[in-house]
Amino acid sequence: MAVNNIWVFAQAVDGTPTSATLELVTKARQLGGSVTAFTAGDGAAVAASLGAHGASKVYATGDLGGKLPGVAVAAAMKAVIDGGDSPDLILFPQNMEGRDVVARLSVKLDRTVLTNNVDVVVVGDSVAVTTPVFGGNTLVTTTFTGSGPYLAVFRPKSFAAEESGGGAASVTEAPVPELAATGAATVEASHVEESTGPKLDEAAIVVSGGRGLGEAGKYVMIETIAKLLKGAPVRRGPSWMPAGCRTACRSVRRGRSSSRPSTSRVAFRVPLSTWWA
Amino acid sequence: MVGWVGRLGRRVPLGNNGDPMNVIVCVKQIPDPALPGALDAATNTLKRDGKLILDESDSYGVEMALQLVGAAGEGEVSLVSMAPNGEVSGMRTALAMGAARGVLVSDPALLGSDALTTAKILAAAVQRLGGADLVIAATESSDGYTGTVPEQMAEILGLPSVTFAKKVAVDGNTVRVDRQTEAGYDEVVCPLPALITVTAGVVEPRYPSFKGIMAAKNKPVEQVTAADLGVNPVGWAGAGQQITDVTQAEARGAGEIVEDDGEGFAKIVAFLENLKVI
Repeated sequence: MAVNNIWVFAQAVDGTPTSATLELVTKARQLGGSVTAFTAGDGAAVAASLGAHGASKVYATGDLGGKLPGVAVAAAMKAVIDGGDSPDLILFPQNMEGRDVVARLSVKLDRTVLTNNVDVVVVGDSVAVTTPVFGGNTLVTTTFTGSGPYLAVFRPKSFAAEESGGGAASVTEAPVPELAATGAATVEASHVEESTGPKLDEAAIVVSGGRGLGEAGKYVMIETIAKLLKGAPVRRGPSWMPAGCRTACRSVRRGRSSSRPSTSRVAFRVPLSTWWA
Repeated sequence: MVGWVGRLGRRVPLGNNGDPMNVIVCVKQIPDPALPGALDAATNTLKRDGKLILDESDSYGVEMALQLVGAAGEGEVSLVSMAPNGEVSGMRTALAMGAARGVLVSDPALLGSDALTTAKILAAAVQRLGGADLVIAATESSDGYTGTVPEQMAEILGLPSVTFAKKVAVDGNTVRVDRQTEAGYDEVVCPLPALITVTAGVVEPRYPSFKGIMAAKNKPVEQVTAADLGVNPVGWAGAGQQITDVTQAEARGAGEIVEDDGEGFAKIVAFLENLKVI
């Protein structure tokens, strides 16, 4: 078995694929074989952009009708796989929806999941992923064993998004099957928190402060730096940050083109519990 | 009381108005994060041979569970955990906070288990406790941070789930959750029984009292093996993955410390300009 059929869990905001999605589609294309995107929502809206980055087909669930994507998308993916289109590898972004979908799908397929990865290579008939541990000081390479589909989750900015010049991807409906009890959670209302800046994980520069500043009053230095960089307040810190940490920072994105994604972190998040108690 | 049968075929009790509220919390016992982590040279797995402590991320789930049971007026909080060497130090911390009992899965055969196997084990432990109205876990552990185990448990148990809860309230047979999203938050309603994951800061965990610490010493913790739970294969045999290489990352250059003399921010901006990132 070679790795010829690669899927990407594709996410979009207001009809535009997220940067993490385009990064993964690009990487899937570079691995070779056919690339299929699987999205929750309207496939036609994202077909052109995903096609330009290398996807030839888009499976789209259509509106989820208030269902949470973890259960719904995993069920839709399983239905397509059961229908005969079985991928060798599926790439997911390391975020809330990505983790929920891959977790549900791993049980449905009884396949392992490898998360927090920053690189992937095809090794014979299998796939190996690289995961940084211990603050990035150690790199662990893990190879999937057994048969696919292999399920791998990647951190943002692991790869550079690059267009390939391809045309719009074809769109195929992939409706969500009956979910029974697992699909009983329903979104009653969605609230958007105002934000003028980029998402934290998409920022080129992250300015943050912590205990190293010595006292809360010195946080003005962080604000000053961020303003000088023409930064914008970030919505909030990621919810999965370690307990006891708070993030209050500004992020800055510049239009500078680069062949390699990067984030410059001016100061790292550190526990701020003494300030926020 | 109405019942529901999960995927593993065991009955999970439903909560009703006026009925006891029973909550099971998944607690991970981890090496002290203040100490440097290390991989076992023989297995390339995280060393867990010293004393383990309660993952602080799970203290939020324990506190949330205690508050929900307290609000219901009746019920109890139980724990499930998987750890080597019969380690219960972290569980005792949660018991000292107020949890009533626990199931510890400790088995040398579990060495090398992946997230999916871990989820199967913990789901079986939940079943062994007789199920619950609500299962609570952290969004991810502080050492492994895969973030998939709770949702995998929900799928195995056949439960609905709501992840990344930043506000939780139980109203009769329903749990209402403010679920954090990339853009803000969603208001989600979900019938019980269900599984939720809570974010750090959803509640302020209590400190165990001296009385609680003493009482925890006598609270029951049942130790079982994977075979006791009927989960097989486990460990490397069930992992579907193999660690094939471990290398040290390229050393980073030393950082530059800028002493603030009132104009420190300008030096940092100049530094970034020199790097051409701005």
